[in-house]
Amino acid sequence: MSDLSKMKISEARDALKKGDVTSVELTQACLSEIEKADALGAFVHKTPDLALDMAKAADANKNGGDLNGIPLGIKDLFCTKGVPSQAASGILEGFKPEYESTVTSQLFADGAVMLGKLNMDEFAMGSSNETSVYGNAVNPWKRGNSDAALTPGGSSGGSASAVAADLCLGATGTDTGGSIRQPAAFVGITGIKPTYGRVSRWGIVAFASSLDQAGPMTKDVRDAAIMLKAMSGHDPKDSTSADLAVPDFEAALTGDIRGKVIGIPKEYRMDGMPEEIAKLWEDGTAMLKDAGAEIRDITLPHTKYALPAYYVIAPAEASSNLARYDGVRFGHRAKIDAGDGITEMYEKTRAEGFGNEVKRRVMIGTYVLSAGFYDAYYNRARKVRALIKRDFENVFDDGVDAILTPATPSSAFELGSMADADPIKMYLNDVFTVTTNLAGLPGIAVPAGVDKDGLPLGLQLIGRPWEEADLLNTAYALEQSAQFVAKPNRWW
Amino acid sequence: MSIDTDTARRVAKLARIQVPEADLPELANEFSAILGFIEQLNEVDIEGIEPMTSVTPQRLKRRTDVVTDGNQPQAVLKNAPDAREGFFAVPKVVE
Repeated sequence: MSDLSKMKISEARDALKKGDVTSVELTQACLSEIEKADALGAFVHKTPDLALDMAKAADANKNGGDLNGIPLGIKDLFCTKGVPSQAASGILEGFKPEYESTVTSQLFADGAVMLGKLNMDEFAMGSSNETSVYGNAVNPWKRGNSDAALTPGGSSGGSASAVAADLCLGATGTDTGGSIRQPAAFVGITGIKPTYGRVSRWGIVAFASSLDQAGPMTKDVRDAAIMLKAMSGHDPKDSTSADLAVPDFEAALTGDIRGKVIGIPKEYRMDGMPEEIAKLWEDGTAMLKDAGAEIRDITLPHTKYALPAYYVIAPAEASSNLARYDGVRFGHRAKIDAGDGITEMYEKTRAEGFGNEVKRRVMIGTYVLSAGFYDAYYNRARKVRALIKRDFENVFDDGVDAILTPATPSSAFELGSMADADPIKMYLNDVFTVTTNLAGLPGIAVPAGVDKDGLPLGLQLIGRPWEEADLLNTAYALEQSAQFVAKPNRWW
Repeated sequence: MSIDTDTARRVAKLARIQVPEADLPELANEFSAILGFIEQLNEVDIEGIEPMTSVTPQRLKRRTDVVTDGNQPQAVLKNAPDAREGFFAVPKVVE
């Protein structure tokens, strides 16, 4: 059977349990697809031998979890023991962790199979997967009859491309400002960023520690529920991970959202919003209403300030987190000249190892934290962040259960088309997603339609903190109504 | 705020990233554009607002102050670009 890699996690789980398929068969099918898909640039470190060993172990294991025997791709940001984990950066060239991230440990304990590591923007800084040291990941979708290569979004671009092209059954992503939800929307798959603290960050290369959260990128909402459950839970090694019970997210998927209150925030109706995005948003609103939800216009007055606040806080935290890349303990070290001391070694190592976007953000972060500017930039941004969070608390206190917005301001754009643009233009990709990171809330992107060129478009639902189960159910209802079934035509 | 090349040079130094002198003017321009974008925050009334330190109201957990790990110098040094005799080796630090 050649279509095994196209299975959803739920289908494969049930087939594995019935004995209709083995993990080795599923894994071989995915490995064979991966071998044919180098043009997508999705898998950057392939681990076929490891995958087959894990699959054999899963087939022999009678006590695995829901993910037992399920082949997954892992974003390069996750440290995986003995397997290159570079965060798509030259500065981590050759780095093979001596430890396993908590998320991948939990996935593997459940029985999941790792097919390899997935492309991404360097240190998760980017919205197009063009800042990767490995080169671009490419969207499996094409615009109409055009042959132009499109971005799969970023930073989890490799994860998005791999899942959409059926190279794996699901993938891990991480989301600091939209890096799960924007790429999911660009390739027509589902991606959820859980509540801050739901998933352990231990062993995930840090970008902005107060914003980073890992989550699943999958072919549908049910698969997201299954995978999120396996990824979640308290971890003593991450002091910000929440000591809360993890619900059975899949059991919450009834599709019944009667009486739920869905907020439509007026501030997300941006000037110059493409008509197709506005239409998609209206259609999604009507779908939820038809499913029995109450639709309510709401206001989140500080929305406009989310991106500028993010571009202070995220670079500030990045400048601190990335200080560890100094050529001493791991990764790249520059060759130094006679007479050079340790400062020159640091400066040359970081100049050679980091790409331009990473350098830019580290330096912006350094500036906003520097003496004399700390209050004017960093503290002000943290105060604005408190106001953004309060906006959400106010609407949730008024009885709103979830908020519906577009996931992205456009469909996938051409690779290279932003090369000469002002960096801020790229940052605007995250305009609808970044607020939930600042407020620590769960957000999910669900594919809901296609644009005039046949490219997928996604809607975002934002939920109350710790209520991913309810959020997933609302997303499930939206998915049932939207009936998004389009797939990219194979060209790779 | 407009950033000049001297400021760009100083920030690069603070960040320990070598930037060729010829690249500083363009870097300064990029900083100016990004800071210009950030300065929208000056429109917000933040009077009496506490800066957010943690997005979740929980108190950070503390663990017992005991050794839970250790005795693996080889694993610690495994990825070092230059490790000798159980140490990370670096260029001369003291003058």
